[in-house]
Amino acid sequence: MIGFSKVSKRYPGGFEALKDVSFSIAAGELTFVTGHSGAGKSTLFKLIAAIERATSGTVLVNGQNVGALRPAAIPFLRRNLGLVFQDQKLLYDRSVFDNVMLPLAFSDFSGREAARRARAALDKVGLLARERAHPMQLSGGEQQRLAIARAVVNRPAVLIADEPTANLDAGSAERIIALFLSFNQVGVTVLIATHDEQLIARHAARTLRLAAGGLEHDSAEGGE
Amino acid sequence: MNAWLRQHGRAIASAAAKISAQRTTNAVSALVIGIALALPAGGYALLSNLTGLAQRTSLEPQLSLYMLPETKSSESEALGKRLRADPRLAAVRFVPRDEALAAMRGTEALAEVFAALERNPLPDAFVLRALDSAPGALDVLAGEYRVLPGVAQVQIDSDWARRLEAVLRIARTGIFMLGALLGIALVAVTFNTIRLQVLTQRQEIEVTKLLGATDGFIRRPFFYLGAAQGLAGGVAALGIVWLSIESLNQGVRALAATYGSAFQLTHLAGADGVAVAALAAFLGWLGAFLSVSIHLREI
Repeated sequence: MIGFSKVSKRYPGGFEALKDVSFSIAAGELTFVTGHSGAGKSTLFKLIAAIERATSGTVLVNGQNVGALRPAAIPFLRRNLGLVFQDQKLLYDRSVFDNVMLPLAFSDFSGREAARRARAALDKVGLLARERAHPMQLSGGEQQRLAIARAVVNRPAVLIADEPTANLDAGSAERIIALFLSFNQVGVTVLIATHDEQLIARHAARTLRLAAGGLEHDSAEGGE
Repeated sequence: MNAWLRQHGRAIASAAAKISAQRTTNAVSALVIGIALALPAGGYALLSNLTGLAQRTSLEPQLSLYMLPETKSSESEALGKRLRADPRLAAVRFVPRDEALAAMRGTEALAEVFAALERNPLPDAFVLRALDSAPGALDVLAGEYRVLPGVAQVQIDSDWARRLEAVLRIARTGIFMLGALLGIALVAVTFNTIRLQVLTQRQEIEVTKLLGATDGFIRRPFFYLGAAQGLAGGVAALGIVWLSIESLNQGVRALAATYGSAFQLTHLAGADGVAVAALAAFLGWLGAFLSVSIHLREI
Protein backbone atom coordinates (compact mmCIF):
# COMPACT_ATOMS: atom_id res chain seq x y z
CA MET A 1 0.00 0.00 0.00
CA ILE A 2 2.77 2.38 1.03
CA GLY A 3 6.38 1.68 0.15
CA PHE A 4 9.52 3.70 0.80
CA SER A 5 12.66 2.59 -0.98
CA LYS A 6 15.95 4.27 -0.06
CA VAL A 7 14.15 7.60 0.38
CA SER A 8 16.14 10.72 1.30
CA LYS A 9 14.82 14.22 1.63
CA ARG A 10 17.10 17.21 1.77
CA TYR A 11 15.47 20.62 2.19
CA PRO A 12 16.84 23.71 0.48
CA GLY A 13 19.54 24.93 2.81
CA GLY A 14 20.99 21.47 3.27
CA PHE A 15 18.99 20.07 6.18
CA GLU A 16 18.59 16.34 5.60
CA ALA A 17 15.21 15.37 7.09
CA LEU A 18 15.18 11.75 5.90
CA LYS A 19 18.17 9.55 5.15
CA ASP A 20 17.91 6.37 3.13
CA VAL A 21 14.61 5.22 4.62
CA SER A 22 13.04 1.98 3.37
CA PHE A 23 9.93 0.20 4.60
CA SER A 24 6.71 -1.18 3.25
CA ILE A 25 3.22 -1.11 4.71
CA ALA A 26 0.62 -3.63 3.56
CA ALA A 27 -3.03 -2.83 2.92
CA GLY A 28 -5.10 -2.86 6.11
CA GLU A 29 -2.07 -2.50 8.40
CA LEU A 30 -1.94 -0.19 11.44
CA THR A 31 1.43 1.48 11.85
CA PHE A 32 2.84 4.05 14.25
CA VAL A 33 5.72 6.27 13.20
CA THR A 34 7.57 7.61 16.18
CA GLY A 35 10.63 9.57 17.11
CA HIS A 36 11.57 12.89 18.67
CA SER A 37 10.47 16.09 17.04
CA GLY A 38 12.75 16.76 14.11
CA ALA A 39 13.28 13.06 13.54
CA GLY A 40 11.51 13.23 10.16
CA LYS A 41 7.94 12.14 10.97
CA SER A 42 6.31 15.16 9.35
CA THR A 43 8.54 14.89 6.31
CA LEU A 44 7.50 11.28 5.89
CA PHE A 45 3.86 12.37 6.07
CA LYS A 46 4.46 15.11 3.47
CA LEU A 47 6.21 12.75 1.07
CA ILE A 48 3.26 10.34 1.10
CA ALA A 49 0.77 13.16 0.43
CA ALA A 50 2.99 14.63 -2.32
CA ILE A 51 3.31 17.88 -0.40
CA GLU A 52 7.07 17.46 -0.70
CA ARG A 53 9.10 15.45 -3.17
CA ALA A 54 11.86 13.05 -2.21
CA THR A 55 15.37 14.13 -3.15
CA SER A 56 16.22 10.52 -3.95
CA GLY A 57 14.57 7.12 -3.65
CA THR A 58 11.01 6.07 -4.48
CA VAL A 59 7.78 6.61 -2.57
CA LEU A 60 4.99 4.27 -3.68
CA VAL A 61 1.37 4.85 -2.65
CA ASN A 62 -1.35 2.59 -4.05
CA GLY A 63 1.18 1.36 -6.61
CA GLN A 64 1.85 4.90 -7.84
CA ASN A 65 5.31 6.45 -7.75
CA VAL A 66 4.47 9.66 -5.93
CA GLY A 67 7.68 11.44 -6.89
CA ALA A 68 7.05 10.85 -10.58
CA LEU A 69 3.44 12.06 -10.61
CA ARG A 70 2.54 14.92 -12.92
CA PRO A 71 1.26 17.92 -10.93
CA ALA A 72 -2.18 17.38 -12.49
CA ALA A 73 -2.32 13.84 -11.07
CA ILE A 74 -1.54 14.83 -7.48
CA PRO A 75 -5.12 15.87 -6.57
CA PHE A 76 -6.35 12.40 -7.50
CA LEU A 77 -3.69 10.76 -5.33
CA ARG A 78 -4.77 12.92 -2.38
CA ARG A 79 -8.43 12.03 -2.84
CA ASN A 80 -7.55 8.42 -2.05
CA LEU A 81 -5.76 9.45 1.13
CA GLY A 82 -7.39 10.61 4.31
CA LEU A 83 -5.05 13.26 5.69
CA VAL A 84 -5.15 14.51 9.29
CA PHE A 85 -2.73 17.41 9.61
CA GLN A 86 -0.76 18.37 12.68
CA ASP A 87 -2.34 21.85 12.62
CA GLN A 88 -5.69 20.35 11.50
CA LYS A 89 -6.18 22.97 8.79
CA LEU A 90 -9.83 23.58 9.58
CA LEU A 91 -11.56 26.56 8.03
CA TYR A 92 -12.74 28.79 10.84
CA ASP A 93 -15.05 30.93 8.72
CA ARG A 94 -17.57 28.13 8.18
CA SER A 95 -19.56 25.62 10.17
CA VAL A 96 -18.51 22.16 11.25
CA PHE A 97 -20.80 20.69 8.60
CA ASP A 98 -19.33 22.85 5.82
CA ASN A 99 -15.81 21.86 6.85
CA VAL A 100 -16.69 18.21 6.33
CA MET A 101 -18.43 19.06 3.03
CA LEU A 102 -15.21 20.60 1.68
CA PRO A 103 -13.67 17.46 0.10
CA LEU A 104 -17.08 16.51 -1.29
CA ALA A 105 -17.38 19.76 -3.23
CA PHE A 106 -14.98 18.49 -5.87
CA SER A 107 -16.29 14.95 -5.87
CA ASP A 108 -19.03 13.84 -8.22
CA PHE A 109 -21.66 13.35 -5.54
CA SER A 110 -24.95 15.17 -5.80
CA GLY A 111 -25.63 17.73 -3.09
CA ARG A 112 -27.96 15.38 -1.22
CA GLU A 113 -25.58 12.40 -1.34
CA ALA A 114 -22.70 14.64 -0.22
CA ALA A 115 -24.70 15.94 2.75
CA ARG A 116 -25.63 12.39 3.69
CA ARG A 117 -21.99 11.32 3.66
CA ALA A 118 -20.91 14.37 5.63
CA ARG A 119 -23.48 13.63 8.34
CA ALA A 120 -22.42 9.97 8.41
CA ALA A 121 -18.79 11.04 8.96
CA LEU A 122 -19.80 13.52 11.68
CA ASP A 123 -21.90 10.84 13.34
CA LYS A 124 -18.93 8.47 13.28
CA VAL A 125 -16.74 10.93 15.21
CA GLY A 126 -19.60 11.93 17.55
CA LEU A 127 -20.05 15.50 16.31
CA LEU A 128 -23.39 15.20 14.50
CA ALA A 129 -25.14 17.28 17.15
CA ARG A 130 -22.64 20.09 16.61
CA GLU A 131 -22.85 20.37 12.81
CA ARG A 132 -24.00 23.98 12.99
CA ALA A 133 -21.28 25.05 15.42
CA HIS A 134 -18.11 26.77 14.28
CA PRO A 135 -14.73 25.10 14.80
CA MET A 136 -13.76 27.88 17.22
CA GLN A 137 -16.56 26.75 19.55
CA LEU A 138 -15.17 23.22 19.72
CA SER A 139 -12.68 21.87 22.25
CA GLY A 140 -9.25 20.73 21.10
CA GLY A 141 -10.35 17.10 21.04
CA GLU A 142 -13.51 17.95 19.12
CA GLN A 143 -11.54 19.94 16.56
CA GLN A 144 -9.27 16.95 16.06
CA ARG A 145 -12.29 14.70 15.58
CA LEU A 146 -13.70 17.18 13.07
CA ALA A 147 -10.41 16.98 11.15
CA ILE A 148 -10.75 13.18 11.16
CA ALA A 149 -14.36 13.35 9.94
CA ARG A 150 -13.18 15.52 7.04
CA ALA A 151 -10.36 13.07 6.28
CA VAL A 152 -12.62 10.03 6.12
CA VAL A 153 -15.68 11.55 4.42
CA ASN A 154 -14.47 10.39 1.00
CA ARG A 155 -13.93 6.88 2.48
CA PRO A 156 -10.24 6.65 1.62
CA ALA A 157 -8.33 3.37 1.66
CA VAL A 158 -5.45 4.99 3.55
CA LEU A 159 -5.66 7.26 6.59
CA ILE A 160 -2.55 9.19 7.60
CA ALA A 161 -2.34 11.38 10.69
CA ASP A 162 0.49 13.67 11.78
CA GLU A 163 0.60 14.05 15.60
CA PRO A 164 -3.19 13.70 15.99
CA THR A 165 -2.98 13.61 19.80
CA ALA A 166 -0.55 16.47 20.35
CA ASN A 167 -1.82 18.98 22.91
CA LEU A 168 -4.72 16.74 23.95
CA ASP A 169 -5.40 15.41 27.44
CA ALA A 170 -5.08 11.64 27.89
CA GLY A 171 -8.83 11.01 27.67
CA SER A 172 -9.29 12.91 24.42
CA ALA A 173 -6.14 11.34 22.97
CA GLU A 174 -7.38 7.87 23.78
CA ARG A 175 -10.71 8.61 22.10
CA ILE A 176 -8.90 9.81 18.95
CA ILE A 177 -6.77 6.66 18.83
CA ALA A 178 -9.87 4.53 19.34
CA LEU A 179 -11.38 6.18 16.28
CA PHE A 180 -8.33 5.35 14.18
CA LEU A 181 -8.45 1.75 15.43
CA SER A 182 -12.09 1.44 14.45
CA PHE A 183 -11.29 2.60 10.89
CA ASN A 184 -8.42 0.12 10.78
CA GLN A 185 -10.78 -2.66 11.84
CA VAL A 186 -12.92 -2.09 8.74
CA GLY A 187 -9.87 -2.47 6.51
CA VAL A 188 -8.44 1.05 6.25
CA THR A 189 -4.65 1.26 6.20
CA VAL A 190 -3.75 3.59 9.07
CA LEU A 191 -0.45 5.41 9.61
CA ILE A 192 -0.09 7.58 12.71
CA ALA A 193 2.92 9.75 13.37
CA THR A 194 3.31 10.50 17.08
CA HIS A 195 6.02 11.21 19.60
CA ASP A 196 3.82 9.85 22.42
CA GLU A 197 5.65 6.65 23.43
CA GLN A 198 3.12 5.76 26.13
CA LEU A 199 0.34 5.81 23.62
CA ILE A 200 2.26 3.40 21.40
CA ALA A 201 3.03 1.17 24.34
CA ARG A 202 -0.69 0.74 25.04
CA HIS A 203 -1.42 -0.55 21.54
CA ALA A 204 0.11 -3.58 19.95
CA ALA A 205 0.91 -2.32 16.51
CA ARG A 206 3.85 -2.10 14.16
CA THR A 207 6.10 0.82 15.00
CA LEU A 208 8.62 2.60 12.82
CA ARG A 209 11.11 4.55 14.91
CA LEU A 210 12.87 7.46 13.26
CA ALA A 211 15.95 9.15 14.69
CA ALA A 212 17.69 12.10 13.05
CA GLY A 213 16.15 11.24 9.70
CA GLY A 214 17.10 7.57 9.67
CA LEU A 215 14.88 4.55 10.28
CA GLU A 216 16.30 3.39 13.58
CA HIS A 217 13.95 0.52 14.23
CA ASP A 218 11.08 -1.31 12.51
CA SER A 219 9.17 -3.54 14.94
CA ALA A 220 7.99 -5.71 12.01
CA GLU A 221 11.56 -6.82 11.49
CA GLY A 222 11.86 -8.07 15.05
CA GLY A 223 14.52 -7.14 17.52
CA GLU A 224 12.24 -6.48 20.49
CA MET B 1 -21.88 15.83 -18.60
CA ASN B 2 -23.90 15.87 -15.41
CA ALA B 3 -20.76 16.02 -13.31
CA TRP B 4 -19.37 18.75 -15.54
CA LEU B 5 -22.53 20.81 -15.12
CA ARG B 6 -22.46 20.21 -11.38
CA GLN B 7 -18.85 21.41 -11.14
CA HIS B 8 -19.72 24.61 -13.02
CA GLY B 9 -22.87 25.06 -10.99
CA ARG B 10 -20.78 24.84 -7.80
CA ALA B 11 -18.21 27.26 -9.23
CA ILE B 12 -20.95 29.78 -10.04
CA ALA B 13 -22.48 29.36 -6.57
CA SER B 14 -19.04 29.87 -5.03
CA ALA B 15 -18.42 32.96 -7.17
CA ALA B 16 -21.82 34.36 -6.17
CA ALA B 17 -20.95 33.77 -2.51
CA LYS B 18 -17.64 35.60 -2.97
CA ILE B 19 -19.45 38.53 -4.63
CA SER B 20 -22.09 38.84 -1.94
CA ALA B 21 -19.45 38.53 0.79
CA GLN B 22 -17.74 41.64 -0.60
CA ARG B 23 -20.66 43.49 -2.13
CA THR B 24 -19.31 47.02 -1.75
CA THR B 25 -15.86 46.28 -3.11
CA ASN B 26 -17.32 44.47 -6.09
CA ALA B 27 -19.84 47.22 -6.77
CA VAL B 28 -17.11 49.87 -6.68
CA SER B 29 -14.89 47.84 -9.03
CA ALA B 30 -17.82 47.39 -11.42
CA LEU B 31 -18.44 51.14 -11.32
CA VAL B 32 -14.78 51.92 -12.04
CA ILE B 33 -14.85 49.53 -14.98
CA GLY B 34 -18.17 51.01 -16.09
CA ILE B 35 -16.86 54.57 -16.13
CA ALA B 36 -13.70 53.52 -17.95
CA LEU B 37 -15.67 51.63 -20.60
CA ALA B 38 -18.32 54.36 -20.93
CA LEU B 39 -15.72 56.66 -22.55
CA PRO B 40 -14.99 54.53 -25.64
CA ALA B 41 -18.55 53.16 -25.76
CA GLY B 42 -20.04 56.66 -25.61
CA GLY B 43 -17.53 57.92 -28.16
CA TYR B 44 -18.48 55.07 -30.41
CA ALA B 45 -22.19 55.90 -30.05
CA LEU B 46 -21.62 59.56 -30.97
CA LEU B 47 -19.41 58.52 -33.85
CA SER B 48 -22.07 56.18 -35.23
CA ASN B 49 -24.49 59.09 -35.21
CA LEU B 50 -22.10 61.36 -37.10
CA THR B 51 -21.13 58.58 -39.50
CA GLY B 52 -24.79 58.02 -40.35
CA LEU B 53 -25.19 61.72 -41.00
CA ALA B 54 -22.15 61.88 -43.28
CA GLN B 55 -23.16 58.78 -45.19
CA ARG B 56 -26.67 60.04 -45.86
CA THR B 57 -25.26 63.21 -47.42
CA SER B 58 -22.34 61.80 -49.32
CA LEU B 59 -24.62 59.39 -51.14
CA GLU B 60 -25.85 62.34 -53.23
CA PRO B 61 -23.31 62.97 -56.01
CA GLN B 62 -24.29 66.62 -56.29
CA LEU B 63 -22.49 69.52 -57.95
CA SER B 64 -23.39 73.21 -57.76
CA LEU B 65 -22.43 75.29 -60.79
CA TYR B 66 -22.48 79.08 -60.38
CA MET B 67 -22.50 81.45 -63.37
CA LEU B 68 -20.67 84.75 -63.50
CA PRO B 69 -22.98 87.50 -62.17
CA GLU B 70 -23.00 89.38 -65.47
CA THR B 71 -24.08 86.37 -67.54
CA LYS B 72 -27.16 86.93 -69.62
CA SER B 73 -30.04 84.54 -69.14
CA SER B 74 -29.80 83.44 -72.77
CA GLU B 75 -26.25 82.29 -72.16
CA SER B 76 -27.38 80.42 -69.09
CA GLU B 77 -30.12 78.71 -71.07
CA ALA B 78 -27.62 77.67 -73.74
CA LEU B 79 -25.42 76.13 -71.07
CA GLY B 80 -28.47 74.44 -69.56
CA LYS B 81 -29.18 72.76 -72.91
CA ARG B 82 -25.62 71.57 -73.13
CA LEU B 83 -25.71 70.17 -69.60
CA ARG B 84 -28.96 68.35 -70.20
CA ALA B 85 -27.37 66.67 -73.17
CA ASP B 86 -24.47 65.35 -71.03
CA PRO B 87 -25.11 61.58 -70.54
CA ARG B 88 -23.09 61.54 -67.31
CA LEU B 89 -25.66 63.66 -65.50
CA ALA B 90 -28.81 62.20 -64.02
CA ALA B 91 -30.56 65.51 -63.32
CA VAL B 92 -30.03 69.16 -64.07
CA ARG B 93 -31.96 71.83 -62.21
CA PHE B 94 -31.66 75.45 -63.19
CA VAL B 95 -31.92 77.97 -60.37
CA PRO B 96 -32.41 81.47 -61.85
CA ARG B 97 -30.92 84.31 -59.78
CA ASP B 98 -34.37 85.73 -59.03
CA GLU B 99 -35.57 82.43 -57.68
CA ALA B 100 -32.43 82.11 -55.54
CA LEU B 101 -33.02 85.58 -54.10
CA ALA B 102 -36.66 84.76 -53.34
CA ALA B 103 -35.53 81.60 -51.58
CA MET B 104 -32.99 83.51 -49.49
CA ARG B 105 -35.59 86.11 -48.52
CA GLY B 106 -37.84 83.27 -47.45
CA THR B 107 -35.20 82.03 -45.00
CA GLU B 108 -35.91 83.49 -41.60
CA ALA B 109 -32.33 84.11 -40.63
CA LEU B 110 -31.26 85.75 -43.88
CA ALA B 111 -34.46 87.65 -44.79
CA GLU B 112 -33.33 90.92 -43.20
CA VAL B 113 -29.90 90.83 -44.83
CA PHE B 114 -31.32 90.29 -48.30
CA ALA B 115 -34.13 92.81 -47.82
CA ALA B 116 -31.50 95.50 -47.27
CA LEU B 117 -29.78 94.79 -50.59
CA GLU B 118 -30.59 97.05 -53.51
CA ARG B 119 -29.80 94.62 -56.26
CA ASN B 120 -29.57 90.86 -56.51
CA PRO B 121 -25.98 89.77 -55.79
CA LEU B 122 -26.72 86.15 -56.64
CA PRO B 123 -25.77 84.53 -59.93
CA ASP B 124 -27.71 82.03 -61.96
CA ALA B 125 -26.91 78.52 -60.84
CA PHE B 126 -27.34 74.90 -61.79
CA VAL B 127 -27.74 72.03 -59.36
CA LEU B 128 -26.42 68.89 -61.05
CA ARG B 129 -26.66 65.29 -59.99
CA ALA B 130 -24.14 62.93 -61.52
CA LEU B 131 -24.81 59.27 -62.33
CA ASP B 132 -21.48 58.12 -60.95
CA SER B 133 -21.03 58.97 -57.27
CA ALA B 134 -17.30 58.17 -57.12
CA PRO B 135 -15.32 61.20 -55.90
CA GLY B 136 -12.96 60.89 -58.89
CA ALA B 137 -15.81 61.08 -61.40
CA LEU B 138 -17.19 64.18 -59.70
CA ASP B 139 -13.77 65.82 -59.84
CA VAL B 140 -13.58 65.16 -63.62
CA LEU B 141 -17.00 66.72 -64.18
CA ALA B 142 -16.20 69.72 -62.03
CA GLY B 143 -12.93 70.26 -63.91
CA GLU B 144 -14.69 70.16 -67.29
CA TYR B 145 -17.48 72.52 -66.32
CA ARG B 146 -15.20 75.01 -64.63
CA VAL B 147 -13.71 76.04 -68.01
CA LEU B 148 -17.04 76.44 -69.83
CA PRO B 149 -17.86 80.01 -70.87
CA GLY B 150 -19.74 82.03 -68.26
CA VAL B 151 -19.04 79.58 -65.40
CA ALA B 152 -17.68 81.22 -62.27
CA GLN B 153 -17.36 78.26 -59.91
CA VAL B 154 -18.17 74.59 -59.65
CA GLN B 155 -18.52 73.11 -56.21
CA ILE B 156 -18.75 69.45 -55.25
CA ASP B 157 -21.42 69.57 -52.56
CA SER B 158 -20.43 66.27 -51.01
CA ASP B 159 -16.91 67.52 -50.36
CA TRP B 160 -17.69 68.50 -46.80
CA ALA B 161 -19.20 65.08 -46.20
CA ARG B 162 -16.04 63.46 -47.49
CA ARG B 163 -13.93 65.65 -45.25
CA LEU B 164 -16.19 64.83 -42.33
CA GLU B 165 -15.78 61.18 -43.14
CA ALA B 166 -12.01 61.55 -43.14
CA VAL B 167 -12.19 63.30 -39.77
CA LEU B 168 -14.49 60.60 -38.47
CA ARG B 169 -12.05 57.95 -39.63
CA ILE B 170 -9.37 59.59 -37.50
CA ALA B 171 -11.81 59.86 -34.59
CA ARG B 172 -12.67 56.19 -34.99
CA THR B 173 -8.99 55.25 -34.77
CA GLY B 174 -8.72 57.43 -31.68
CA ILE B 175 -11.68 55.75 -30.06
CA PHE B 176 -10.31 52.29 -30.82
CA MET B 177 -7.01 53.28 -29.25
CA LEU B 178 -8.82 54.67 -26.22
CA GLY B 179 -10.91 51.50 -26.08
CA ALA B 180 -7.82 49.31 -26.25
CA LEU B 181 -6.11 51.27 -23.47
CA LEU B 182 -9.17 51.20 -21.22
CA GLY B 183 -9.65 47.53 -22.05
CA ILE B 184 -6.16 46.94 -20.68
CA ALA B 185 -7.15 49.00 -17.64
CA LEU B 186 -10.16 46.74 -17.17
CA VAL B 187 -7.93 43.67 -17.29
CA ALA B 188 -5.65 45.34 -14.73
CA VAL B 189 -8.53 46.21 -12.39
CA THR B 190 -9.85 42.63 -12.46
CA PHE B 191 -6.32 41.30 -12.11
CA ASN B 192 -5.97 43.23 -8.88
CA THR B 193 -9.40 42.44 -7.42
CA ILE B 194 -8.88 38.76 -8.09
CA ARG B 195 -5.41 38.94 -6.56
CA LEU B 196 -6.95 40.33 -3.38
CA GLN B 197 -9.57 37.59 -3.44
CA VAL B 198 -6.91 34.93 -3.84
CA LEU B 199 -4.95 36.37 -0.93
CA THR B 200 -8.00 36.59 1.36
CA GLN B 201 -8.85 33.00 0.54
CA ARG B 202 -5.33 31.78 0.69
CA GLN B 203 -6.03 29.43 3.57
CA GLU B 204 -9.13 27.97 1.96
CA ILE B 205 -7.25 27.44 -1.31
CA GLU B 206 -4.36 25.82 0.53
CA VAL B 207 -6.63 23.44 2.41
CA THR B 208 -8.78 22.46 -0.58
CA LYS B 209 -5.61 21.79 -2.54
CA LEU B 210 -4.33 19.50 0.22
CA LEU B 211 -7.64 17.68 0.27
CA GLY B 212 -7.35 16.87 -3.44
CA ALA B 213 -8.95 19.76 -5.30
CA THR B 214 -7.71 20.13 -8.87
CA ASP B 215 -6.36 23.49 -10.03
CA GLY B 216 -9.40 23.73 -12.28
CA PHE B 217 -11.74 23.43 -9.29
CA ILE B 218 -9.89 26.18 -7.45
CA ARG B 219 -9.61 28.49 -10.45
CA ARG B 220 -13.11 28.18 -11.88
CA PRO B 221 -14.94 30.36 -9.31
CA PHE B 222 -12.37 33.12 -9.84
CA PHE B 223 -12.94 32.99 -13.60
CA TYR B 224 -16.67 33.38 -13.07
CA LEU B 225 -15.98 36.16 -10.60
CA GLY B 226 -13.80 38.06 -13.09
CA ALA B 227 -16.27 37.56 -15.93
CA ALA B 228 -19.17 38.67 -13.71
CA GLN B 229 -17.27 41.76 -12.66
CA GLY B 230 -16.44 42.62 -16.28
CA LEU B 231 -20.04 42.02 -17.27
CA ALA B 232 -21.33 44.23 -14.46
CA GLY B 233 -18.86 46.92 -15.56
CA GLY B 234 -20.02 46.58 -19.17
CA VAL B 235 -23.66 46.90 -18.15
CA ALA B 236 -22.78 49.94 -15.99
CA ALA B 237 -21.00 51.48 -19.01
CA LEU B 238 -24.08 50.93 -21.19
CA GLY B 239 -26.23 52.55 -18.51
CA ILE B 240 -23.92 55.55 -18.32
CA VAL B 241 -23.91 55.92 -22.14
CA TRP B 242 -27.68 55.61 -22.30
CA LEU B 243 -28.17 58.28 -19.63
CA SER B 244 -25.63 60.58 -21.29
CA ILE B 245 -27.29 60.32 -24.71
CA GLU B 246 -30.70 60.89 -23.15
CA SER B 247 -29.56 64.06 -21.42
CA LEU B 248 -27.60 65.29 -24.46
CA ASN B 249 -30.66 64.72 -26.61
CA GLN B 250 -32.67 67.38 -24.79
CA GLY B 251 -30.15 69.97 -25.98
CA VAL B 252 -29.70 68.38 -29.41
CA ARG B 253 -33.44 68.35 -30.07
CA ALA B 254 -33.74 72.02 -29.16
CA LEU B 255 -30.79 72.87 -31.42
CA ALA B 256 -32.09 70.78 -34.32
CA ALA B 257 -35.53 72.39 -33.99
CA THR B 258 -34.01 75.80 -34.74
CA TYR B 259 -32.86 74.35 -38.08
CA GLY B 260 -36.31 72.87 -38.62
CA SER B 261 -34.85 69.37 -38.21
CA ALA B 262 -36.12 66.54 -36.08
CA PHE B 263 -32.58 65.18 -35.69
CA GLN B 264 -31.64 63.54 -32.42
CA LEU B 265 -28.90 61.20 -31.25
CA THR B 266 -29.74 57.53 -31.47
CA HIS B 267 -28.75 55.07 -28.74
CA LEU B 268 -26.23 52.29 -29.25
CA ALA B 269 -27.73 49.51 -31.35
CA GLY B 270 -28.77 46.37 -29.48
CA ALA B 271 -26.04 44.30 -31.12
CA ASP B 272 -23.41 46.92 -30.17
CA GLY B 273 -24.65 46.88 -26.58
CA VAL B 274 -24.40 43.10 -26.44
CA ALA B 275 -20.91 43.32 -27.95
CA VAL B 276 -19.78 45.84 -25.30
CA ALA B 277 -21.14 43.66 -22.46
CA ALA B 278 -19.63 40.48 -23.94
CA LEU B 279 -16.26 42.12 -24.51
CA ALA B 280 -16.25 43.47 -20.94
CA ALA B 281 -17.07 39.99 -19.61
CA PHE B 282 -14.28 38.49 -21.70
CA LEU B 283 -11.74 41.07 -20.50
CA GLY B 284 -12.82 40.43 -16.90
CA TRP B 285 -12.29 36.73 -17.45
CA LEU B 286 -8.88 37.44 -18.97
CA GLY B 287 -7.85 39.54 -15.96
CA ALA B 288 -8.97 36.76 -13.63
CA PHE B 289 -7.18 34.15 -15.71
CA LEU B 290 -3.87 36.02 -15.61
CA SER B 291 -4.21 36.83 -11.92
CA VAL B 292 -5.12 33.30 -10.85
CA SER B 293 -2.44 31.74 -13.05
CA ILE B 294 0.22 33.90 -11.46
CA HIS B 295 -0.97 33.99 -7.86
CA LEU B 296 -2.04 30.39 -7.40
CA ARG B 297 1.47 29.33 -8.22
CA GLU B 298 2.61 31.15 -5.08
CA ILE B 299 0.33 29.08 -2.84
